[in-house]
Formats: sequence, structure tokens, C-alpha cells
Amino acid sequence: MNGRPVIDMRGIVTRFGANVVHDGIDLSVTRGEVVALVGGSGTGKTTLLRHIIGLTRPAAGDVSIFGAPLFSGSINEQRTRRRRFGVLFQHGALFSALNVAENIGFPLRELRIASKDEIHNLVALKLAMVELEPATALLMPAELSGGMIKRVALARALALEPELLLLDEPTAGLDPDRSAAFVELVRSLQNQLGLTVVLVTHDVDTLAALATKIAVLADRRIVSYASLEETMEVDHPFIDRFFRGPHGRRALARSGGDH
Amino acid sequence: MRSPAIKTEIATEPGASHSFRLQGDWTLRALAPRLATLRAELGGAPTDARWLLDDVARLDSFGATLLWHAWGQRWPAAISVADELRQIIARVADSAVEPLPAAPPFTAVDAIIVLGRAMLSFRDHALDFIRLMGQLCLDVAYLLQHPRDWPLKEISANVYKVGLKATPVAALVGFLIGIVLSYLSALQLRAFGADIYIVNILGLGIVRELGPVLVSVLVAGRSGSAMTAQLGVMRVTEELDALSAMGISRTLRLVLPKVIALTLAMPLLVLWTSGVALLGGMVSAWMQLDLGMAFFIDRLPQVVPVSNLYIGFAKGAVFGLLIALVASHFGLRVRPNTESLSANTTASVVSSITIVILVDAVFAIATRSIGVPR
Ligand SMILES: Nc1ncnc2c1ncn2[C@@H]1O[C@H](COP(=O)(O)OP(=O)(O)O)[C@@H](O)[C@H]1O
Ligand SMILES: [Mg+2]
Repeated sequence: MNGRPVIDMRGIVTRFGANVVHDGIDLSVTRGEVVALVGGSGTGKTTLLRHIIGLTRPAAGDVSIFGAPLFSGSINEQRTRRRRFGVLFQHGALFSALNVAENIGFPLRELRIASKDEIHNLVALKLAMVELEPATALLMPAELSGGMIKRVALARALALEPELLLLDEPTAGLDPDRSAAFVELVRSLQNQLGLTVVLVTHDVDTLAALATKIAVLADRRIVSYASLEETMEVDHPFIDRFFRGPHGRRALARSGGDH
Repeated sequence: MRSPAIKTEIATEPGASHSFRLQGDWTLRALAPRLATLRAELGGAPTDARWLLDDVARLDSFGATLLWHAWGQRWPAAISVADELRQIIARVADSAVEPLPAAPPFTAVDAIIVLGRAMLSFRDHALDFIRLMGQLCLDVAYLLQHPRDWPLKEISANVYKVGLKATPVAALVGFLIGIVLSYLSALQLRAFGADIYIVNILGLGIVRELGPVLVSVLVAGRSGSAMTAQLGVMRVTEELDALSAMGISRTLRLVLPKVIALTLAMPLLVLWTSGVALLGGMVSAWMQLDLGMAFFIDRLPQVVPVSNLYIGFAKGAVFGLLIALVASHFGLRVRPNTESLSANTTASVVSSITIVILVDAVFAIATRSIGVPR
């Protein structure tokens, strides 16, 4: 289990009509890593994440997670495999008919293994983890702010104690304080449970603080897959703009200070 | 992943307490397959037991919650646990202290409130409906002054969607109903030797009554639900808000085209369906009663005064108007969640069919002296 990659993608090709989004992507994530997926808007980061979750299938190529092809085995095996990862969708994707507490408790309730009190307790814990007031528990998704939706969605993604966490732009829409707190939260969770994390982000702060490896998606391929320091050395126009632009430089200087 | 287990170490000396040694991974995934047995073992532990957690490889918050609740939500008197794990359990303990606010329980007072709300909601609906109609009147007044602003494209698109695209299914249903009606009537009429009255029965029944009502039920189910759902989803996705923010009237842009289109398309749909139903009836009469088609067509205008056709048209237009209004009314009432969307779509279809049948009764009384030969 240790040696095998948690996610293994080989030769991924994705097309929407004539629009080729991915053209031969290889990506392998080993246990305990925090991989940041960066790339311009519309380069197919979300789509790549959806391939990993199994919501879409690439036109060509294979996706394996936890050492087995995504769609292999019985329905039961596939379901169990799915429960090993938690997903934070770009727009939260909370169930609009359920309140916050029901949203977070939903996956646990579906498993039918926890008692009512335990679910209550776990929901309170997850709410505290993502730094939301207990009073939010009764709010409906439509009554939440954008940042709160993100946090509730993260709490729900954590409900089944995932080994792998997939985050699509988790800090977009959070104020810098919350964003930093969120980064801290993911890092502590990751330390405690040996979580593997794949996150899509545009935020150099988040990336510098969290990522052990950075995958840069450009020109329909992964143009660089390495640590932050090594990525900085790569000569590519996107990397240039992203990391050596004014904002990127400032963020890196900041994070360089406290490491 | 190592399977979780509990090893009981029976105390040998008298007075000492038993020890429970936990082993393996105490995580959701590892626990799930053996949860029932483990729960039973945990539940069977005496209150003064010693707990040894030093051999626990991994503990997640589910495992911690399981233990915490098995311990009766307090720390056991004797416990040996690494600091790291103690922190995880402590976090669970902290969150258990302050319970989540629960939705208040349902009481008799609430029941009265619910009842009262239901009554008031009727008033609410009536007010909303009147407001919607008022707004539509204002929109029409505005459009009369600004003829360039007529949403003609939307109207024509809606006529196509609710009218033309409904013709195949309307024809199929009409044809079959015509055949069935003709067949049943023919059996009775032949017993009395009153074969040729089949033309009167079918003509009056279909043109005046069955055609409009049948089409209304079809259109309410087909287009009314679609209109409600469309407006409802636009609420959920905040498209309605976006329109308002651009200063575009939602009634003018979304509701009015639907109302006009359905009011225009329904009479035509009624004509089409009634025609096909009569065709079905004619075929059946020909096969059952040997009544020639030419004779049928010849006799139809003699026994069914043309005013019945006008009544059918009028009903079609009024029913179309009502269905579109009701559908839009419920569509605009959708709250931004899926539950409300489904409730309002159901309410829309049920209400519009009910209202159509009520209004049909009113029509029957109001036109009782028109177009019925005695
Ligand atoms: N369901 C879809 N149908 C057609 N094109 C799509 C679909 N989903 C995504 N795309 C296209 O794929 C590209 C990548 O989209 P996406 O993965 O959402 O980008 P991002 O990197 O910003 O998350 C975009 O050009 C988008 O238009
Ligand atoms: Mg995206």
C-alpha cells in the first residue's frame, strides 16, 4: 500500500467536440503528498479532477486510484473505493434541500453505522474543524455566504474520514484570514491522518504554504511536476507569469519568511 | 490497514479492574466491517475498566467518537494514551460539550400555526396571483406605448414549443379517445336503432367539451410543468436576480411571452385535437355502424351548430391563459432549493388542471343556451 501511488493517471486525453482539453497527461500522486494543480482558467483542471472522481471518463488513457483502475471490480468495491476520497466541488454542491448539519451528516447517515448521538457529535466536530459557529447548523445552503458554503462543503468532504481529499479551488472566495486558517486546517489534518491532497488553486499563498509538489497544466499537458523550488526553475511562459509576476513574487517572499 | 480489536486483560488480583487493550486501526474504514461486535464489546466494559490505547495505530474522529460515546462521554478513570491520540479524543469531547442547536420540537401550538399558515397561504397565493396579473396588465400597457419592445422572438419560440411540438402527442391521444368514445356510443345507439345520432354525440361532445379539456390536461402536464420548472431553476441559479439587476422585468421577458403564446396556441391545439378525435370517431363509426365517412362529414355541420366551435376556441384560449398564469405563478414562488422546486411544480400541474375543470363548469353553465339543439 505504501509504495503504490494513490492516484495514477496515464495518457489522459480529453475532448469536448473539437476542443482538445488534455492531450496525453500522466500524473502520479503518492501517499501523503499534497499536490497543487495550477494552470490558467479553462485549461482543464476541474475536468482532470472529475476524471479522478470518476464523474467523466477520458477519451483515452487510464485512471487508477488506490492501486486499482477506477471502474474495476463489483459495484460494491467501486462504492467502497469512492468512500475513500472526499471531494470539495468548486461551487460547494451542497444539497439545497438539507440544512448545514444534515448536509455534513448525510454521508454518515447513508452508511448507517453511526448512532444519532455520534452523528450529532461528529457534525459538531466537523463544524468546529472548519471554524463555523454551531449556530450555522440550522441554516439552509441558500442562507450561507460564499465562504461559508466552501467551509460546509469541506466539512462534508471530511465526513467519511477520507484518505484522499480532492479540493477544487478551496480558497477562492475566502478572505485572506480564512484562507490562511483553511490552509492551516488542511495541513494539520494532513499531518494527523496522513491525508493525500490534490488541490486546484490560483492562489500562490495557498500553494506555497501547502503543496509538496506542483503540477502545472498548460498546453494541454503537465509541463512541470515538481516541488516549488524546482518548478520555479522551469522555463515556461505560464510559470513565469504565475510565480514571477508581482503578486506571485510577493506571496513567495511572504511564505519564504515563515518556513 | 490493520483490523481493530479489543483485548481484555482480566485482572488477577482482587480489587483491581480489568484492562481493555485496543489494537489496530480505529478508523471509519477499518471499523465499519466489525462495528457491531466492537460496539458490543465496548458496551460490555465495566465503568472502572482500565483503557490502554498505546497499541492503536491510527485513530480518526469517527473512532474517537465511538470511544467517547462508549465511555459515556467522560474520560475513564484509568487510561493510558499517547498525547497525539488524546488530542483527537479531546477534540471530539469538546465538540460534544456544546450540543448543536436542534430544531425546536413540534408542539400543539405549532400544529395550530401550521394550520393557520395554510389558510393564510391561500390568501398569499391569491394576492400573489392578483399581483402577477396586475403586473402583466402594466406590462401590456407599457408595450402598447413602446411597440418596439414586444418580446416577439420569445413569443414565437414559445408558440413553437407549446403548440407545434405538442401536436403529435395531442393527435395520438385525440385519435384514440375518438375511437373509444365512438365505439362505446355505437354499441348503445345500435340497440335503439339510433345509429345516425353518433354524429351528434361525437360532434357536440368532442368539439364543445372533450377537445378543450383533453388538450388542457395534456398541456398542463407537458408545458405547464416545464414553465414552472424553468422559472424555478432560474431562481435556484439566481438567473432571476441577474435579470432584475439588469433592470429587465421578469414578467415582461419570461411570463408574458409564455402567457401570450399559450393563449394563442391552445385554441389551435384544440382545433387540431378535436379534428383528429373526430377522425378517430368517424373511422370507428364507419367500421362499427357502417356509417359512411362522406355522410358523417355531411351531417356534422347540420347537427352541430358552428357556435360550438367558437365555444371550443374560447375555452381553449381561456384555459391556455390560466395554465400559463398558474404555471408562472408557482414558478416565481420557488425558493432556492430543490425541495421547493419539486413541490411547486407538482402544485402547478395539480392546480392548473383543477382550475381548468372548475372554469369548464362555469363555461357549461354560462353557455347552456348556446349551440345546443333541442
Ligand atoms: N461539459 C463540458 N462540455 C463541453 N466543454 C466543456 C465541458 N466541461 C468543460 N469544458 C471545457 O473544457 C475546458 C476546461 O474546463 P475546466 O476543466 O472547467 O477548466 P478549469 O481549468 O478552469 O477548471 C474549457 O475550455 C471548457 O469550456
Ligand atoms: Mg475549474
